[in-house]
Amino acid sequence: MSGMAAGPIDEQGKGNPMLSIENLHAAIDGKPILRGVNLSVRAGEVHAVMGPNGSGKSTLANVVAGREQYEVTAGSIRYDGRDLLQMPPEERAKEGIFLAFQHPVEIPGVTNLSFLKAALNAVRKHRGLQELDVMEFREMVLERIRLVEMDEQLLLRAVNDGFSGGEKKRNEILQLAVLEPKLAILDETDSGLDIDALKVVAKGVNRLRSPERAIVVVTHYQRLLNYIVPDFVHVLSEGQFVRSGGRELALELEERGYGWIHAPETADGGEARP
Amino acid sequence: MTLPAETRDRYLAAFERIGGSRKDRPLWLRRLRENALARFLETGFPTVKHEDWKYTGLASIEQGDFETAEPGGGDLSPADIAGILPGEEADRHVLVFLNGRYRPELSIRRPLPPGAHLGSLTGALGGEFDGLVPYFSRSKETAFTDLNTMLMEDGVFLHLAKDVRVPEPVHLLFLMSPAAPPAMAHPRNLIIAGENSEVAVVEQYAGRGDSGYFVNSVTDIAAGRNATISHYRLQEEGPAACYVAALRARQGAGSRFAAHSASFGGLLSRHDIHVVLDGERAECLLNGLYLGNGRQHVDHFTTIEHAKPSGVSREYYNGILNDRARGVFRGRLIVHRDAQKTDARQTNRNLLLSRESEADSRPQLEIHADDVKCTHGATVGPLDEEKLFYIRSRGIDEASAKGLLTYAFAGEILRRFDLPGFRGPLEEKLLAWLPETQQVQEFLRETGK
Repeated sequence: MSGMAAGPIDEQGKGNPMLSIENLHAAIDGKPILRGVNLSVRAGEVHAVMGPNGSGKSTLANVVAGREQYEVTAGSIRYDGRDLLQMPPEERAKEGIFLAFQHPVEIPGVTNLSFLKAALNAVRKHRGLQELDVMEFREMVLERIRLVEMDEQLLLRAVNDGFSGGEKKRNEILQLAVLEPKLAILDETDSGLDIDALKVVAKGVNRLRSPERAIVVVTHYQRLLNYIVPDFVHVLSEGQFVRSGGRELALELEERGYGWIHAPETADGGEARP
Repeated sequence: MTLPAETRDRYLAAFERIGGSRKDRPLWLRRLRENALARFLETGFPTVKHEDWKYTGLASIEQGDFETAEPGGGDLSPADIAGILPGEEADRHVLVFLNGRYRPELSIRRPLPPGAHLGSLTGALGGEFDGLVPYFSRSKETAFTDLNTMLMEDGVFLHLAKDVRVPEPVHLLFLMSPAAPPAMAHPRNLIIAGENSEVAVVEQYAGRGDSGYFVNSVTDIAAGRNATISHYRLQEEGPAACYVAALRARQGAGSRFAAHSASFGGLLSRHDIHVVLDGERAECLLNGLYLGNGRQHVDHFTTIEHAKPSGVSREYYNGILNDRARGVFRGRLIVHRDAQKTDARQTNRNLLLSRESEADSRPQLEIHADDVKCTHGATVGPLDEEKLFYIRSRGIDEASAKGLLTYAFAGEILRRFDLPGFRGPLEEKLLAWLPETQQVQEFLRETGK
């Protein structure tokens, strides 16, 4: 099962994983959060990372995206065979990693449209593609914005400034659709969304599923997984994965809650496996 | 605190040089000056023991070897002036003052509507008409306003009769030239706006060259009933300049007064703003941006006084400090007992771009009425780490992300500068100031609307 493969090379010959996390330890303000996470993700796969509040889900998502506030104290992350931890966040973005934020940030004074364009051109430049001109860009954005059923007026407003919770989440998925990353990480994108908004967001994500792309969905509830059906489900508890399985594991969690999941007995740095 | 003998002699000499007690000047003016002189000699410059000057030491002014400048101040052409004025040649009335003296040949005068008078203050100061006295002496004086009254020689006198609207902005350029010994100037401006009149006035302060000098300006504004007055201050003095400015406004019922300020220059600058909402339903906006780098010290002391009911005041000040610069902001709000239904908001935000930069922010609310809505907020800190990460996580490099957030922070203030053709040049000046200007300029160019 590739989801929990210990090493970067899969012996079964499915090819090298896109993302390979080994024994990852991370802390914030000296407080350990992740305590030995192992995960392999291949192109074309959709992984769900579940777990109770405070288990380290968001930390994991943020560490992969490069947030410097989190200190990686041990372990490694390889992305396309390269040492991801050596790359600043903008480099990771240009190499195709995208994090949809749990709490998207407001940037007053910068319009949503110009921000999207700057981000897209940074990524395209890096990939050796020509930057889009104004018309091409507009056309592309208008096409993608329909996908997430977002109000076009929001393009002319400052980034997330005064957006409702649902509008902010749709805006994240719009960015995802425009930037077309190789590895998309959705950090609790479902939190605060009503069922209709959830379906729209899920539809947007499903349209992006492809053999070249991997998606990691971080969520507390399995509700989103009814609409974005994962290939693998991992359960995080106290900074380590304690269970791993197919989508039926999510259904079991739905039924039984997180109470029956126990943290591994091993001390920090242990290689606990389900 | 008395003056050191040397300082005392210097300012007494300056008083004699401008003819402060000459018998051929009108009596009202002589009295005004002599009273100011007496108070100044008595109190001298305030020290940091004085509550209002706690964070701002004045040694560089007190010990500075400044002399009131001789008329002249070097050759300047209209083209030089055009290079200093913000923006392309726009429809505006331009009055140029060089080292404190009006220079008509450098000014651009246009026809004014009937009932509007715009000219040098010298004429008003020479007249026997003492009807202006109250406008010169009705605010609480400080050492610097007294010093200005003692030594004022020139400035602008703008008078608008009832219902007069001046469609083009009035632009006042106060320019200082290098001099030995270093020059000082005490510009005095008086704006009397009648009932239902309307005008926008820009005061721009700039210096030529990098040498030190001292500017101490006072502007008094009387806004009549339902008048609409916008005031803009653009402070871009030279890097060694000491700059002190007082803006004092009194608002009639239903009047709207806005004081915008962009403070970019000077080694030491202190801005005192005092607005009295002295009629019902008056509205006031104070909107300012200050930038400091190197060892700049920039101090704003604002007072909004609600004296009558149903007044609205909004105050927004943002400061950006880099290197070892220090910013000081004090926002005083006084609501008198009669000023029920007052609605007042104040915010002061400070962005620290370096470890060594520093900001002191002190709101001070004195509320004597019970049915009022008053809020205030102050922040001091570096760029938001989460915002930086968000921008970088979209592929935009760190320097650009920082520049962009800094630019946006300043933009919160500049977007309220609603004088046509003025905001663009200010944004250019801001870009030139930003530490990572190139990336931000590229970003803005690439992403232009």
